[in-house]
Amino acid sequence: MTATSRYLEQFAAFAANGGGTAPAWLRDVRRAAIARFETLGFPTPKDEDWHFTSAAPIADAPFKPLHGAADGSRVSAAVLAPYRFDATWPTLVFVNGRYQSRLSDLSRADAGLRVLELSRAWRETPELLEKHLTRIASYDDRSFTALNTAFLHDGALVHVAAGMSPASPVHLVFVADDAAADGVVHLRNLIVVDRGASASVVESYIGLGAARYLTNGVTEAHLADGATLRHVKVQRESVRAFHVHTLEAAQGRDSHLQSFSFASGAALSRTNIYTLLDGAGCGATLNGLYMVDGEQHVDHQTSIVHAQPNCFSRELYKGILDDASHGVFNGKVFVRPEAQKTDGKQTNANLLLSEHARVDTKPQLEIFADDVKCTHGATVGRLDQAALFYLQSRGIGVELARRLLTYAFAADVLETIELAPVRESLEALSLARFAGTGV
Amino acid sequence: MLDIKDLSASAGDREILRGITLSVKAGEVHAIMGPNGSGKSTLAQVLAGHPAYTVTGGSVTYQGMDLLAMAPEARAQAGLFMAFQYPVEIPGVSNAYFLRAAYNEIRKARGEPELDPMEFLDHMEGKLPMLGMDPEMLQRSVNAGFSGGEKKRNEILQMAVLEPRLAILDETDSGLDIDALRIVAHGVTTLRRPDNATIVVTHYQRLLNHIIPDFVHVLSAGRIVRSGGKELALELEAKGYDWLEAPAAAGATA
Repeated sequence: MTATSRYLEQFAAFAANGGGTAPAWLRDVRRAAIARFETLGFPTPKDEDWHFTSAAPIADAPFKPLHGAADGSRVSAAVLAPYRFDATWPTLVFVNGRYQSRLSDLSRADAGLRVLELSRAWRETPELLEKHLTRIASYDDRSFTALNTAFLHDGALVHVAAGMSPASPVHLVFVADDAAADGVVHLRNLIVVDRGASASVVESYIGLGAARYLTNGVTEAHLADGATLRHVKVQRESVRAFHVHTLEAAQGRDSHLQSFSFASGAALSRTNIYTLLDGAGCGATLNGLYMVDGEQHVDHQTSIVHAQPNCFSRELYKGILDDASHGVFNGKVFVRPEAQKTDGKQTNANLLLSEHARVDTKPQLEIFADDVKCTHGATVGRLDQAALFYLQSRGIGVELARRLLTYAFAADVLETIELAPVRESLEALSLARFAGTGV
Repeated sequence: MLDIKDLSASAGDREILRGITLSVKAGEVHAIMGPNGSGKSTLAQVLAGHPAYTVTGGSVTYQGMDLLAMAPEARAQAGLFMAFQYPVEIPGVSNAYFLRAAYNEIRKARGEPELDPMEFLDHMEGKLPMLGMDPEMLQRSVNAGFSGGEKKRNEILQMAVLEPRLAILDETDSGLDIDALRIVAHGVTTLRRPDNATIVVTHYQRLLNHIIPDFVHVLSAGRIVRSGGKELALELEAKGYDWLEAPAAAGATA
């Protein structure tokens, strides 16, 4: 059975089951999406965006929908405690793709903030879903988004009403335990930040065991005029897992998207962050840190489309690659003819800790306006030998010195995370990996 | 404390030190002077264990140990300290953390208990007034964005905190104005004790007005061509280095 036909068969079964409680419009979208997936198939190395990352290991693995034992009943709140950045934040927990009300905590709901799982949102806010869901994330040329759309069923809705700035960030936790083995989960989240409102949303993808599974997630974000969204994705999947996730945003006038992508897990991960700067004066700040070892493969693709004048974009991605790991960064910036006075800056810096580690970095600027300022820079380097000797000459052993310098490389991008508990937790995580404790 | 015998060293194919012999006892201050390219900084770096240099001959005994067989960190843990001519910037690591890590690594190597951050902060802050340093500098990244004078003061702060047995100052006076020079020299002088020793590597005599040496050695083309008391430095200041070149070959073995 080919990879494509396997998913067509799964779709037939999913559609026959009614595909959950879905309105007619969504069933139409799903059918259109599976038809598109049938045409596209999985990406091949001929696809420009998949030149350095092979989707073959994902296509070849016979992943199947999860049932029965994968219901998440074996995951306890205590197990998840270390992954909660702040126990008071409104938190939705999904285990192996299923919403878990017993692990979630919505007791604190700030005024103007709605957080709920999609299966409930269908009943409570069908108009909001119909207006935005599947309308932002394009699947015309994107196989994984097409597949995700075809199987769209569960996930989270975060909605902040106009002018509101809830004090608490929202934490969306997606857990896979060993019962997820050989399973595929298609999660879909929708974040709607109304006019002049602001929201902070953290998505954590956590593998609790060593199972091989596929997370295929899509998060759509609508930023109305003057809205701010701080979005952090923390990818700590199982080391044998595959993780494909797309954050796709549409931004109104004077809105600001601040995105941070942290990736340390999965055998193969692909993070897509796409935003359309579709109102004058809006901006996007896309930062990230990937740190991998062994034979991990980590790929970030960003695309910023400047469609209106006076918008800015800032990107700082850093990568630390050890052993025989492989990193990929592709940063696209499109400046359309009407997007005059665009101010764009992109930086990708990589640190290779081993002779066998590899990184492919590709800035891609396509500028069709004449009055713009766009810069980009990419570096691939090794540890600074002068700094290493300096630390050693003060009595610091070579191993600790190496780890300290490695942590220092990551520190300035981690500092850009505004949510203090997340920043501190990721700093601690990087430190534990690179420098013991307490810088 | 330190016995250097017939030490030769090269950087790549280039021979820089060509048989240095020098003995330093506890309580002494030795000045190493010489023109540019004479090898005086190389001597400092070789003693600290810089990997860019290969020792091609001779021996160095430090407190009874074979110094050349020790890793740079082991030398530091045994009480050797070199103040860098060009201190390295390390963005992302705070001065305070760097110093505490170094201090505790040294204590650990000596089988002494580590200090916790609060205890260490007390230890460190006590050293600041002597160098006219703002406590705020402790929270900044190591040397990152520091002025030349701040970097040199930061070197002496490290020396004050780590309390070495043998301190080697590699052209610590270069790039300093006279006020900064006084502060740095005052710091070094304050740290002098009967049981430690200092080697001051310098091109100019002016630092030696503030750090009074017991011995002055002049290096030329990788050899010590003359040794004497502090008056030798004044002679060099007056006459320059040129008059030493001619008798260099003859005096080298002395």
